[in-house]
Amino acid sequence: MTAQLYLDGVERSFDGFKAINGLSLYVAKGELRAIIGPNGAGKTTMMDIITGKTCPDKGEVFWNEKIDLTKIDEAGSARLGIGRKFQKPTVIESLSVEDNISLALKTDRSVFATLFAKRSVAQEERITELLTLVRLEGERARPAADLSHGQKQWLEIGMLLAQEPELLLVDEPAAGMTDDETMRTAELLRELAGKHTVIVVEHDMEFVRALNCKVTVLHQGRVLAEGSIDHVSANPEVVEVYLGR
Amino acid sequence: MTRLIDKRMGFFLIALFIAVVLIPVGNLMMEGKPVASYVVQLSGKYLCYALLAVALDLVWGYCGILSLGHGAFFALGGYAMGMYLMRQIGTRGVYGDPVLPDFMVFLSYDELPWFWLGFDQFWFAAIMVMVVPGALAFIFGWFAFRSRVSGVYLSIITQAMTYALMLAFFRNEMGFGGNNGLTDFKDILGYELQSDATRAGLFIASAVALVAGLLIAKAIALSQLGKVLIGIRDAESRTRFLGYRVEGYKLFVFVVSAMMAGVAGALYTPQVGIINPGEFSPANSIEIVIWVALGGRGTLVGAAIGAIFVALAKTMLTGWIPEIWLFALGGLFVFVTLFMPRGVLGVIEEGWTKLRRKPTAPKEVTP
Repeated sequence: MTAQLYLDGVERSFDGFKAINGLSLYVAKGELRAIIGPNGAGKTTMMDIITGKTCPDKGEVFWNEKIDLTKIDEAGSARLGIGRKFQKPTVIESLSVEDNISLALKTDRSVFATLFAKRSVAQEERITELLTLVRLEGERARPAADLSHGQKQWLEIGMLLAQEPELLLVDEPAAGMTDDETMRTAELLRELAGKHTVIVVEHDMEFVRALNCKVTVLHQGRVLAEGSIDHVSANPEVVEVYLGR
Repeated sequence: MTRLIDKRMGFFLIALFIAVVLIPVGNLMMEGKPVASYVVQLSGKYLCYALLAVALDLVWGYCGILSLGHGAFFALGGYAMGMYLMRQIGTRGVYGDPVLPDFMVFLSYDELPWFWLGFDQFWFAAIMVMVVPGALAFIFGWFAFRSRVSGVYLSIITQAMTYALMLAFFRNEMGFGGNNGLTDFKDILGYELQSDATRAGLFIASAVALVAGLLIAKAIALSQLGKVLIGIRDAESRTRFLGYRVEGYKLFVFVVSAMMAGVAGALYTPQVGIINPGEFSPANSIEIVIWVALGGRGTLVGAAIGAIFVALAKTMLTGWIPEIWLFALGGLFVFVTLFMPRGVLGVIEEGWTKLRRKPTAPKEVTP
């Protein structure tokens, strides 16, 4: 089993506060992994490091065992195949739903290629396919600003899929969704695993349970426990710092 | 094509075309000159401002880069054209030197500085009109965008850039005529600048440049690149995480805009007959922002209308009660920001759709 993502002894501090303190994490290709932890456990900083937004002070971060992710910026990580979904749904509000997806499609991202880009039939079909998947086909021409919170979440997931990423980093996808939508999201993420590697950061325990996968508990910038949801929920330390509150 | 010339653009182009026909005809061909010569000159100047506003709207309206230094690119284009016009004077200057412009003779230059070489050729000046502002925008943007300077900080350094250039151009040692700038132009491409026909020609050239600028900006806005620009404006980090190198896109649109501003400046100089360091003044650059905000940000046509409207108001008000102009301008800006966030064009279009909706409703009932 090869590690798609490999973090070893990673440290990162902000003004003396160690947001990440000796974090080691291995995620295999095609795995679905849930990451939980209280506020300030370093979840967001971890994602920032993986996507090249932040550079670690110490430690190693490797992609597919060869590529050093500490030397890469956000756009570079996206081009490698790392897709990131933010906690707050972030879509391009003044563009139509369709255009949001079209921007995310896997194509040449250079300035002049986009200037002269023409949308192909295959791309058109791919957009329709993705919009159907995230159930936004009917909203195709509407500006993204008109969508509900939950629909924006779905649009962002659609954009993520349009990138055809190898790894999906998903930050609290269930936030602001109805129970029904939450379960559909869990189902979708389970389906995506295998074909893609999926890392989900989540607070909602019901959702994590529904994902039915290996769980990593972060606390104070380190891994506190790892295993199945039942295994980590039984860990007294985990109960104390997180679940028990 | 239909998207390139939409309703908004279509109406504007028709209005512009009518002006371009009527103004020169009224000035050159009709008995008793119903259109005075100064009107032709003034109209040409307004069209240059309109092109400058379109250039700013491209970076500000579509990419969210609020440049408070666009006047610098305009002035550089103006200086490049001014240098050509200076070289055209030849022996007709006060000192009659065949090579050196008057101010150089006055400042006892022995020979033409190296950066004036080539400016006796129109084609060279025409290229420099775009290359010089483009190069400045490239160097400036390269450093600013790579270091991820954005928002207010970027606005402040663009302002500092134009201010620094103004101080530099004020110095006699710079070799651009110092305080007085470049003036006393005689002719362009062999045509006498003071003649009505040349003025009409320059006016038409300005209109052509404005149309070209509008269409280029519109084509950029409609392309996939235009969508990336809107992505950068609305959600910069989302766009980065989609894999777009934001700095490259910002640099591209900033350079294109600077070149457009340079062309506007180049057409402005022969029509007003002078270019001096005052054109670099930060106040000028801020005024451009007001034009765009007033006309409607991110509409291109609105920016052009805003520029023409404000310039017209300025001409009338400064002739009538000069003291109140700056207050009026400031008040206008505050009013537009508070009550018309989409600008004049936004208000007109909203009103138009409301008007259209009412009469169509009963029509459907009575066949």
